[in-house]
This record gives sequence, structure tokens and C-alpha cells, in this order.
Amino acid sequence: MQKTMLQSSGAVPPPVAVRDLRKVYREIAAVDGITFSLARGSITALLGGNGAGKTTTISMLMGLVVPTAGEARVFGADMARERHKVLHRMNFESPYVDVPMRLTVRQNLEVFARLYGVRDLKGRIAEMADEFRLAELLDRPYGKLSAGQKTRVSLAKALLNEPELLLLDEPTASLDPDTADWVRSKLELYCRGRAATVVLASHNMAEVERLADRVLMLEKGRLIADETPAELIKRFGRANLEEVFLAIARRGAEGPEDAERSS
Amino acid sequence: MTARAPDGLHAPLLGEQATLAASARRVYGLVLRYWYVIRSSWPRTAELVYWPLVQMLMWGFLQGYLAQTASFAAKAAGLFIGAVLLWDILVRSQLGFAVAFLEEIWSRNLGHLMMSPLRPSELIAALMAVSLIKLLVAMVPVAVLAYLFFGFNVLSLGFAFAALFANLIIMSWSLGLVSTGVVLRWGLGAESFAWLIVFVFLPLCCVYYPVSALPGWLQPVALALPPTYVFEGLRAIVLDGVFQGHLMVAALALNVVYFLAGCATFAYFLRSARINGTLVQMGE
Repeated sequence: MQKTMLQSSGAVPPPVAVRDLRKVYREIAAVDGITFSLARGSITALLGGNGAGKTTTISMLMGLVVPTAGEARVFGADMARERHKVLHRMNFESPYVDVPMRLTVRQNLEVFARLYGVRDLKGRIAEMADEFRLAELLDRPYGKLSAGQKTRVSLAKALLNEPELLLLDEPTASLDPDTADWVRSKLELYCRGRAATVVLASHNMAEVERLADRVLMLEKGRLIADETPAELIKRFGRANLEEVFLAIARRGAEGPEDAERSS
Repeated sequence: MTARAPDGLHAPLLGEQATLAASARRVYGLVLRYWYVIRSSWPRTAELVYWPLVQMLMWGFLQGYLAQTASFAAKAAGLFIGAVLLWDILVRSQLGFAVAFLEEIWSRNLGHLMMSPLRPSELIAALMAVSLIKLLVAMVPVAVLAYLFFGFNVLSLGFAFAALFANLIIMSWSLGLVSTGVVLRWGLGAESFAWLIVFVFLPLCCVYYPVSALPGWLQPVALALPPTYVFEGLRAIVLDGVFQGHLMVAALALNVVYFLAGCATFAYFLRSARINGTLVQMGE
């Protein structure tokens, strides 16, 4: 059954298909046997407290970390072994990974456009500069930009190759509310407009409620919830996703039955 | 897996990604990244020239002094300067390779590179090209000054110089591969390894003295290292006016082995970093 789901013969494989994925570091399971599959054009939030396994899961989806067991497939390619077949169809954005500080914005975009094999490189950079209000920043070193400006550059870099799969790790962390809202709108527009699939790791529950049509909740490396934000809120009998998150985070002390109320 | 039928005008196609031209474009893109860094800072460029220049001046003046007091040194005009220039080719090229890689960790950019379609072999090719560029930036002014100050013209060695140069460069890449592999696996904690690895070879490769000057038990070790043949070859040219081609062939044969071992070591440590998760923690 699983194999059929992941590699149905002749059918187009889903953008992301994860089966029994497990990663163990020195006897500690960072990710412990999770299985899920993402549909084209979906925006899925990966939630969980610190150490829940979000970063490890995303790293395995990018092929930067090799699973201990199970598999992570992107567009049908096993990311542990054949990631280079699909990397040009993906991209990634995180405020915790910078582009070179000494290079100007234009130089950075040019370098990454070449790495991703972007056609009409100059045209695309001009388009991105226009889209992300970077025209006046193009000839300034990336290291001299403010946090908000850096985020705009990182997003432009992430969308340079018009990715079909976008992995976002806290894309609005450390941004002021106005800039964060602008970034969310841009992401929403891109993803809905191009039917791109998005995996979003975030601690901002309002952001998740607004962007995500599905939530995968991780706890100690295990998948403990897989539903829409509305379903999750309803199941836990809370007012919003933030309260659900807190209830799950604290249930270790209270016991699971206390966290989940009947609505 | 199917090739993408992109909605947009700029999206890359799978078929295009797998070609040699696409590979060359990615290597060029990364070389461009390092070139922009070199170009952006004159202190960095000056730093490239600084140490080879100091070395050349020091050995040049010493040789001038010895030439007045010892007949051997008078006969061997250019021996020390030649040796120091060749030694710096090995050092600068290895550092050029390793430091370019370290730049990615210092700037927290390694994740972006590893996540991009750039293949490990292309990363290595780009680092090799950058080491050559940095070497030329460093050594051309120093070679010119060696001629102006001490009358030592490295180009007068002709084809021999090309053979000596090529053998040292290949060895520097092998060392660069091992040192960056170690950093990949153990992170910045192992950074000093990348800076220091080459200096182990200074006494062993007989830069300033013949192999016969080493104790008998150490000579086989020296003869297992390609640069030893390069420096022996230099001495044969300067002292006897003879180019000993067989020394260059021996160095090249050893270099092939070392380079393949370097590639295998890099691949092993990269794989190990992906298993241990150090690739995503790099720079922390």
C-alpha cells in the first residue's frame, strides 16, 4: 500500500512523500517513524516545540541529512541517494542561513541564478528586484542590510528558480509585523499563483493559521497530529492554534487527556 | 520522476541540468562568487601577496649574503629564492582551496550551496579554479619582484617550471580536499587543520636541502611525497643545469594517487557529515 502511495507506476509522484522516516543521533531519535505525503499546491505547516524534529525532517527533505531508516522522496527522488535529480525544482529560505555578506544583492542573486540554471538571468533578477522592492538595494552588500531587507533578498533568492517545492524555516522570524505581513502576502501569492507546494516550519501560530491548509504536529520526533488548522483547533476545543500548541506542549505535565477537550 | 514542464519562463529544466554545459555554468557561478569576494576587499588581496613577498625578500637577502661568503651559495644563485617561490605555490594554492571553502562556513552560506543543484564534484572544481586564481594574484607580483630585486626569473626555467608548477598545484588540491573534508565532518573546531596541514610537508619534502640530508629512516617517507621530486628537480636545474624529467613523471604518478585519495576522503567525510547531521550545524 505504502509503496503504491509513494511510487505509483505511471502516475506523477507527489511533491513530497515520506515513509517511516527515522533519524537517530547517538541513540536519541530526533525523528521517529513519521509518514506523510503532500499534494501539489498545498501549504503544510510543520509544528512542534524545540527539539520536536522539525529541522531534522526538513534537512532530510533537502537531502542534507541521511535518514537512519525509512525514506524521504521529493518528486519521486530518494533524497538520500538521488537528490541532484530534483534540487533545481526546489528552494529553501531561512533567516538562520545567510547568503555571502560581502557580495552585493545583485552579485548574490547572479551567483544563485547560475547555480540554479535560471534562464534569462538578468531579466529574472530585474523581475525579482521589482517584486521584492530590491531595486535600490541591488548594489549594496548583503551584510549591510537590515533584517527586513535581508529577508526580502533571501525570499528573492528562494524564488529565483520558480521552485515547485519551497521549504521555509521560520520565514518571518525577527521581522516587524508590517514586514512579516508583507512577506506572508508575497508567499501566498506565489504559492497560490504557481500551485507550488510549501513546507513551512514556524513558531508563529497566527502565520500558520493564515497560510497553512494542513498542519503536521511533531512531538519528540513523532507525528501526533495531521489535519487542517480548523480541525485541530476544534478537536482540542481551543480558540486558536496558539492555544492548541500550548496545550500540547504542556500536556507532558498534565497528561494527554487534559490537553484534548471535547468541543 | 518526470522532467518539469514549468509554468514560468525562468525555471530550469531537468534535461538542461544534467549537461556538461550546465555543470560548467554552476562551477563558473561559484568561481564568480569567490572572485567577487577577492575583488571586494583590497586588504584581502594585499594579504595574499604579503607573506610570499616577505619570504622571498628574506631568503633573497640571505642568499645574497651567503653568496659573498661561501662558494656553494655563489654557485647556487637562485636556489633559495626558487625553493621559496615553489614552496609558496604549494602553500598558497592549498590555502586558497581551503579558505574558499571556509568562507562558506564563516558566511553561513554552506546550507544554501548544499541545497542548490551544485554537485560535490562541481564544488571541488570551483575550489580548484579559485585556488589557481588566488595563486596568480599572490605569486605574479612576487615573481616580478624576485626578478627586479635578485635577478631570479622564474620563467627562465621554461617548460621545467610548468612541470614543477603543475605537480605542486595537484598536490595542493589533494591536501585541500582532505582538509576541507575534515572541516565538513567536524566543523569549525577543525579549522586550524585546514590552515596547518601543509606545513607538515615543509621538513619532509626537502624544500631547502636534498633528500640525502634526511636520516635514512625518513628518506622513504620523503620519497613518497610528490613535492620532494619537485624540489629535487629544482636543485638539479639550478645546480647542474639539468631538467630531470623522470622526477616529474614520478611526482605526477604519485600525485594521481594522492588526488584520487583526496577525492575519496572528501566524499567519505561529506557522506559522514550527512549521516551525523554536521552539515546543517556548520558554523555553529
